[in-house]
Amino acid sequence: MQQIVNFLIKYRNFLLFVFLLFLSLVFTIQSHSYHRSKFVNSANFLSGGIFTGIDNISTYFDLKTHNEQLVTENSFLRQQLLNSRDSISQEIDTTRFGNQFQITTAKVINNNYSHKDNFLTLKAGSQAGIKQDLGVITSEGIVGIIDKVSPGYSTVVSILNSNSQINAKLKKSNHFGILVWRGGDPNLVELVDVQSKAPVKQGDTIVTGGKSTIFPEGIGIGTIAQFQLDPTENFYSIKVKLFNDMTNVGHVYVIENLDREEIQTLEQETQDEQ
Amino acid sequence: MSNSIFRNILRFVVLVLAQITLFNNIKFFGYINPYPYILFVLLFPIGDNRASLLFTSFLLGLSIDMFANSGGMHAAACLCVAYMRPWVLQSIFGIAYEYNAVKVSSAAYGERLLFVSIMVFAHHLILFSLESFNFSDIIYILKKTLFSGAFTLLLAMLFITLFSYRRK
Repeated sequence: MQQIVNFLIKYRNFLLFVFLLFLSLVFTIQSHSYHRSKFVNSANFLSGGIFTGIDNISTYFDLKTHNEQLVTENSFLRQQLLNSRDSISQEIDTTRFGNQFQITTAKVINNNYSHKDNFLTLKAGSQAGIKQDLGVITSEGIVGIIDKVSPGYSTVVSILNSNSQINAKLKKSNHFGILVWRGGDPNLVELVDVQSKAPVKQGDTIVTGGKSTIFPEGIGIGTIAQFQLDPTENFYSIKVKLFNDMTNVGHVYVIENLDREEIQTLEQETQDEQ
Repeated sequence: MSNSIFRNILRFVVLVLAQITLFNNIKFFGYINPYPYILFVLLFPIGDNRASLLFTSFLLGLSIDMFANSGGMHAAACLCVAYMRPWVLQSIFGIAYEYNAVKVSSAAYGERLLFVSIMVFAHHLILFSLESFNFSDIIYILKKTLFSGAFTLLLAMLFITLFSYRRK
């Protein structure tokens, strides 16, 4: 017993080090798997409050670009409104989805794009009706998916996150793939697992696919910058230049698919029966 | 003694705030951020209170992690450099360290530079390895360590010189 106590006293610093290291590695490993970082995230009162304070100052620097974005969006919407009578095209824009989708606006108070796993923090939380796994877009394209939610704030897994996997397709042919990011340039993401039969051409538009219940179908993502067949020649891997400037995101729309639970229950039942 | 505690608490708060408001948003060339908050670990009073150094370094890293949504990467990196600090000090300052006569802010320039650069690059290497969590990205890790490390080193040396506390 004496020896154990002596051992503990002698190596107390080392034991403290090992214990704390273990703790931090657990947090780190959790943060590398989707939806697992339970304890340490920025959707809380303290960091949310500080980020809001910072944002109150820095928001002035981006006012001009955000105004321009709003004006562009307004003119686009106005154009659609004026032309709606003589237009039969049922192209979906980001604010008109009938009753299946509900939209909440939110302000971005913290945005990252220089790490390998990037997150945004929004100044809107469960009190504003935000839940986990809702889609986040801007007028130009997609931003990410809601991760953690606190009463006043929420975090978003950016599309610039190595855990993010979003279903996307070619706008003109419906061939779909998975949108991933491998770090580096915040304007380029990669669309992988696209069938080699797909008619891929540089400059073509990539939009969200209808396979997930998170995003509505047809939200813009970006254009094809370059593409190549993988070594087995079965799949394309396509570099996509984003419509969104992820380094400058001010206001976002959070989309809730009201039919989501219904769709998921149905799919679950179908799977269980087989 | 209480003066020293107060100064360290102040340094902790100021460095964390400066890191999250200013240095996390620099994004030089898109991905280079300096991390001068580890000055806290470098300038922590040298003495026999190793447990408190370990614990406060862990807390420092964890508070940065909370704001950066990075799990426990900063905490792990800070903890490791805090743990290896006595050996680095001993190998650089030798006998002076054993007599508790070392003060980083008033050490000779060459020794100070060596000490700060070893600590900074060790911290950044651990940090970016944990961030990418994948050994096939070794080039990316080394590149980021080199560039961010040089940036942090520059800022750290600058801050030590600017804010060093001279008694007359």
